[in-house]
Amino acid sequence: MIRPMLLGSAVLALVAMPAMSQQKTVKIGFVSSFSGPVAVIGNDMRNSFELGLDHVGRKLGGLPVEVIYEDDEIKPDVGLQKTQKLIQSDHVDFLVGYIWSNVMLASLPAMVDSKTMTVITNAGASQLAGDQCSPYVFSTSFQNDQVPAAVGTYMNTKGIKSVFLMAPNYTAGKDMTTGFKSTFKGQIVGEEYTRWPDQLDFSAELSKIRAAKPDAVYVFYPGGPGVQFMTQYAQAGLKGQIPLYSGFTVDDLSLPRLKDLAVGSQSAMMWVSDLPNDTNKKFVSDYKAKYKTLPSFYGADTYDAVALLNDAVTAVNGDLTNKEGMRKEMEKANFKSVRDGFKFNNNHVPIQNFYLEEARKDDDGSYSLHTLSTIVKDDQDAYHTQCPMK
Amino acid sequence: MLYFIEQCLNGVQLGMLLFLLAAGLTLIFGIMDLVNLAHGSLYMLGAYFAATFAEATDSFVIGAILALAATFVSGVVLEIIAIRPLYGRNHLDHVLGTFGILIFFNDLVRLIWGPAGMTLSLPSEMLNAVQVIPGIYYPVYRLVIIAVSLAVGALLYFTVMRTRLGMLIRAGASNREMVGALGINIKLLYTLVFGLGAALAGFAGLMQAPILMVQIGMGENILILAFVVIIIGGVGSIRGAFVASILVGLIDTIGRAFVPDMLRSVLNASGASTLGPALASMLIYVLMAGILVFRPEGLFPAATR
Repeated sequence: MIRPMLLGSAVLALVAMPAMSQQKTVKIGFVSSFSGPVAVIGNDMRNSFELGLDHVGRKLGGLPVEVIYEDDEIKPDVGLQKTQKLIQSDHVDFLVGYIWSNVMLASLPAMVDSKTMTVITNAGASQLAGDQCSPYVFSTSFQNDQVPAAVGTYMNTKGIKSVFLMAPNYTAGKDMTTGFKSTFKGQIVGEEYTRWPDQLDFSAELSKIRAAKPDAVYVFYPGGPGVQFMTQYAQAGLKGQIPLYSGFTVDDLSLPRLKDLAVGSQSAMMWVSDLPNDTNKKFVSDYKAKYKTLPSFYGADTYDAVALLNDAVTAVNGDLTNKEGMRKEMEKANFKSVRDGFKFNNNHVPIQNFYLEEARKDDDGSYSLHTLSTIVKDDQDAYHTQCPMK
Repeated sequence: MLYFIEQCLNGVQLGMLLFLLAAGLTLIFGIMDLVNLAHGSLYMLGAYFAATFAEATDSFVIGAILALAATFVSGVVLEIIAIRPLYGRNHLDHVLGTFGILIFFNDLVRLIWGPAGMTLSLPSEMLNAVQVIPGIYYPVYRLVIIAVSLAVGALLYFTVMRTRLGMLIRAGASNREMVGALGINIKLLYTLVFGLGAALAGFAGLMQAPILMVQIGMGENILILAFVVIIIGGVGSIRGAFVASILVGLIDTIGRAFVPDMLRSVLNASGASTLGPALASMLIYVLMAGILVFRPEGLFPAATR
């Protein structure tokens, strides 16, 4: 008699499972860098994610949210370890974050093998957009090559004939120079890669730039190292002699520290804080009210992740086991982005515009980036054809 | 040729900075027989103090002077509280103890200043380059580093070789008990030497701060270089530290400047750009290994100091 009862209760328990899962919380693992020279980036991403959660009442599809923040220390091995911990012992429903392409690529197999729905909010490695694309992984950011490619396009129109390239020696650094060369028609007179992330003194490289006498310089130095590069560029007396263009280097996080050193410097970006759509206005003004500073593009992409996840969880009525349903909904990009015309490509990387932006000193004495024009409309990354997903 | 001279200047500048750090390290090791892994923490403290004081007083120079004093005091306090129990023990205990201090300081800085790091900005007149010799422009601030470090090096040499304090320091290094027996307060002497080493490290940190970021763990990478310097120069020798610092600075910079280009002529471009920086940063360790094999006591052994 006991046996059938046991069996019966087991069946009951199984039947009750989906109902119970509807009551649970949505667990999100958030991996970013919260220490060292790039901690400002991680903090901005966390702030924006928290603000996004505030804006949806701290619920995704009606379910309460629990976020676990983990620091990757800019190290691929640490990032992988934290990712595995989030998947295996915290049993998170979603992974969000990742600044660094090399950290993200190291963690990618763990995400894909465990079929954890993931939203990458910055790292734009070419591999993720190409043959390593995955049904479970979405990006709300960009593919690395796109920004330098847009800058290259713009520099052609300025009639610049020769350029010196500099970037850190890691995955994204290579993507940056590849992207730049894909559109720039002039001559590359020099190309330097520096040790990442520990080399912060660029004296030898700056001397090379001076000797090479290029028309312009293009660099990629995100976070604190970017501040160091711009400062040393000025200390070397090169500012004002050779125009400096950059990607991911002068942003809303480094600008308050660079101040006049960065004024006038131009770059390309898919988001600028002055984009005039309503979602963006609300994001920027609420962010300023809450954190007393401007958000950066890192934050904007992370803010979008909340709306994307909210839409996905709503579409499946909170059934987080229905990954297929969530994937289909996410592919539609049915949420209000801080960027206009946001769509996903077949590789789950956005199709979006890239704008020309310039650092300026505003009338109130603060510094911010301003949109000047649209360089490319509805830009698709160069790797989407290598992605087997349709 | 002009380009080569400019790269040499870069090398000398890096070397000067290494010398400030290595001089303190070699003094402490040579005189007190203490392996001090926490030396990099004092370098970091110097930079943090300078950034804080410069922000408060709105002056780079005043900030630097205050920071120097603050690092000296920190060094003295650290010696009294944590380093004294380590004297007379073996080197492994020193390594373990000072490694603990290093971790302690990293977290202390995180608690006080936060994880984000700071920047120390220069007065605007130093934000430029001047013509050193016709055709060569060099950043003013880096020239200041070279000049000030040379002055500090000269002062240090004079103090150790020509003053009564220096005589006591040298005597303490050769025979600790005898100096004590002659009525010299050897404990106080050690505290002073440690404080001096700390101030030198802090000075290196604050001079480097406007070029690099002020951040947690900033002393660890450069401490490795400083150890390479004292191994090459000969442990305990200030003259050795000076020569080896410039040697290491030059090799590191010239390696970075020329190795990738040289590789590009034999390898394809992408291979060279990957291998180049890696190979260039290995050069100084190759030199150190060579020294250890052929001249294990270093270029200027302490006996001839």
